[in-house]
Amino acid sequence: MDYPFFQQYWWFLIALLGGLLVFLLFVQGGQTLLFVVAKNELERKMLVNSLGRKWEFTFTTLVTFGGAFFASFPLFYSTSFGGAYWVWMLILVCFVLQAVSYEFRTKAGNIFGQKGYEIFLFINGLLGTILLGAAVATFFTGSEFSVAKENLTNPVMPVISSWENPLHGLEAALNVRNLLLGLAVFFLSRTLASLYFMNNIADSTVFARAKKQVLFNAVPFLVCFLTFLIWTLCVEGFAVNSEGEVYMQKYKYFENLMEMPIVLVLFLVGVVVLLYGLIRSQSKKAFTGGIWFAGVGTVLAVLCLFLIAGYNNTSYYPSTYGDLQSSLTIYNSSSSFFTLKVMSIVSLLIPFVLAYIVYAWRSIDKKKIDAAEMQDVKNIAY
Amino acid sequence: MHAIETSLIDWSRAQFALTAMYHWLFVPLTLGLGLIMAIMETIYLRTGKEFWKQTAKFWMKLFGINFAIGVATGIILEFEFGTNWSNYSWFVGDIFGTPLAIEGIMAFFMEATFIAVMFFGWNKVGKKTHLTSTWLTWGGASISALWILVANAWMQYPAGMKFNPDVVRNEMASFWEVLLSPVALNKFFHTILSGWMVGAAFVIGISCWYLMKKRNEEFAKQSIKVAAVVGVVSVVLLVYTGDGSAHQVAQKQPMKLAAMEGLYQGQKDAGLVVFGILNPDKESYDDGKDPFLFNWQVPKLLSWLAFRDSKAFVPGINDLINGGYETYDGAPTLSVDEKIQRGKTALQALSDYRVSKKTDEAQAAVHLKTLEDNYDYFGYGYISSPKQVVPPVGLTFYSFHLMVIFGAFFILLFLVVLYLTYKKDISKFKWLHIVCLISIPLAYITSQAGWIVAEVGRQPWVIQDILPTFAAVSRVSTGSVQLTFFLFLIIFTVLLIAEIGIMVKQIKKGPNLEKIKN
Repeated sequence: MDYPFFQQYWWFLIALLGGLLVFLLFVQGGQTLLFVVAKNELERKMLVNSLGRKWEFTFTTLVTFGGAFFASFPLFYSTSFGGAYWVWMLILVCFVLQAVSYEFRTKAGNIFGQKGYEIFLFINGLLGTILLGAAVATFFTGSEFSVAKENLTNPVMPVISSWENPLHGLEAALNVRNLLLGLAVFFLSRTLASLYFMNNIADSTVFARAKKQVLFNAVPFLVCFLTFLIWTLCVEGFAVNSEGEVYMQKYKYFENLMEMPIVLVLFLVGVVVLLYGLIRSQSKKAFTGGIWFAGVGTVLAVLCLFLIAGYNNTSYYPSTYGDLQSSLTIYNSSSSFFTLKVMSIVSLLIPFVLAYIVYAWRSIDKKKIDAAEMQDVKNIAY
Repeated sequence: MHAIETSLIDWSRAQFALTAMYHWLFVPLTLGLGLIMAIMETIYLRTGKEFWKQTAKFWMKLFGINFAIGVATGIILEFEFGTNWSNYSWFVGDIFGTPLAIEGIMAFFMEATFIAVMFFGWNKVGKKTHLTSTWLTWGGASISALWILVANAWMQYPAGMKFNPDVVRNEMASFWEVLLSPVALNKFFHTILSGWMVGAAFVIGISCWYLMKKRNEEFAKQSIKVAAVVGVVSVVLLVYTGDGSAHQVAQKQPMKLAAMEGLYQGQKDAGLVVFGILNPDKESYDDGKDPFLFNWQVPKLLSWLAFRDSKAFVPGINDLINGGYETYDGAPTLSVDEKIQRGKTALQALSDYRVSKKTDEAQAAVHLKTLEDNYDYFGYGYISSPKQVVPPVGLTFYSFHLMVIFGAFFILLFLVVLYLTYKKDISKFKWLHIVCLISIPLAYITSQAGWIVAEVGRQPWVIQDILPTFAAVSRVSTGSVQLTFFLFLIIFTVLLIAEIGIMVKQIKKGPNLEKIKN
């Protein structure tokens, strides 16, 4: 197992974490539906408690995504976070507001009142998803930055990575193609949230409203996502030659799909399974398993998007500022061979982590949330 | 190409200090209260008494409120290494990123998963599984502390790495040297024990409030019994690990030790300043003014703490700048001017190496050798004046002494509380209730002071001798950092006020102990 093997392995893990993160953003989507799916306090309490038992998984996955990116591809971490300052800061602020909201929402003395924390949850759901989607879209559309390692020897300006757009990341959210993926993630998160409510809450009214929301959000999701996808497959992509030089290549991402048949199959399976989950949740009267199909489909589809951005001699974080050669590939931005090996040993723990998450999730969800549980004062509830 | 502005460094540091200090308001309580409530639930499982279940549940409620805001402040720190210290992230990301990723995989998921079982699993999982979840929630928090402190310790004492000039960064050479460095182990134990101290002070203080109000007295007394034991264990071990930390600082960061003690002129038989007032007129290390208006020392103790030899020479700030003295091991020392020269040689050699590499391999090898010979002083290449290597002495000195004096107070307090709670009726000692209540903020101040010593005392270095804070920063506008600084200041302050407001309401409401007969 040589250096490129570990670089590819870690890009796969980043892609997988990215897929899991987008799936778990159903929590954020659900936060934007609190006043749509619920029409009274009791229903809202059910929704909040249903999401409240899962929000930490999303949050932790985001933090681990950042930590894993730092450890495996530190040049991305330093260039993107230090450069696209504002987009990342806004994302972080959204998540800061979320982290206290479940715990503080209904407690006396919380300053902002229940409504205030529900607004925080809404902001997190709206901005968090759109900005994360837009940030990921820059993997395909590029950003304006330069990387000059020789700067380190300059005692008055030793900074290696420079962002060349004065908006420092906000420009990503103003790009139509980025915004399309951002909106796709937003509507997908609402779709997944609706499927999750149908699965997790035993209440016929909530079920019926959530079912409607699946349809209302799946349609704009599909429109935004397919437009982004077709657009991306049809335009020039950022290819890398055997010398490590980056150049523009027509239909690059489409070719990546064709040249990596496993990725193509996984992607198509992801899309089909996702669609199956959506359609069956609409066509069958009491189908509650849609979240699992749509969830698996989401993870696979996002995984494959990351893989076509980084594999097959492609630059996953392209620089569109004059010098294409500042672009980052999984080979020029990764940690050392030794560090990736150490980290890979640590990654063997991941199945155990997943196992106890599944165990805990199942034991908490054994009994669906219902009105009676929410009204029982003996239970700890948000 | 514009030079990096000093104001950008200052505001970036201010933002990191703000977010780290806010985060560190909540983490110690998670570590300490987590342990105490896990012990209480263990007692519940052993005795089967509903009283202990409700007692544990009450403290868990406060734990949950505190935990949420701890998580909120923590996410900023995880990403701030990138957003505000991008050069640092590349220069040492190969080493520093690993503990952060492991923290996510090993610790955060453990916490996030089992805290859900702890709060929502009372009637859904068995008692033993529930108890295991409570311990694992605390375990996850402690493992998280381990990895982030390993990362921090590495910045204080960079071990197990090698510089790679082709990619201009430091790379990990030994994982075990990073993980098991003596600085990391000491720092980990000293820091989590300080969390236990805060947790114990918190539980004792709030319990004493109930005793003052003459309500929930049995609950308060039993809570104090558990917390006092945790408190005494923590302070005894804090003395041990604190001594270890100071010993490590003396070897690895002598300038920090000199600042902690306000020691300008090194001496043999150096005494430890127990209490002192610094001379505010002293502006520079070489202005000849007496550093103290007043100080009271324990003779020879500093020499002994630093080198386990009461006659040992402890270098002061002037000695460290001027060099020329012998270390305890008999090694000669360089002046800062000489180190700056060698640092600049290293920077130039790196630059020459990168140019030669493309055309002349033999010449490149010569430059590489020069770089390697001078790499220990690499960071000094960015320093322009010896004055820059002196950390803020006042802040470091007073923080250190505040920590030690309050630490000594807590040893006394916990011993008194332990004695009175097990041998007498603690509810009758009203003066003690007031002291314990006031001690809650004191515990936080002690804990924060410790961090200030660790972080301010190592300035100007972000990585000791290898990279100054100045060269670690991200290239964003000062205005942007100012804006995010005030954004976080407002958000965190308001959330802190909300947290305290909620806690106070919950405490006034009290535990749910009605109709329980033991």
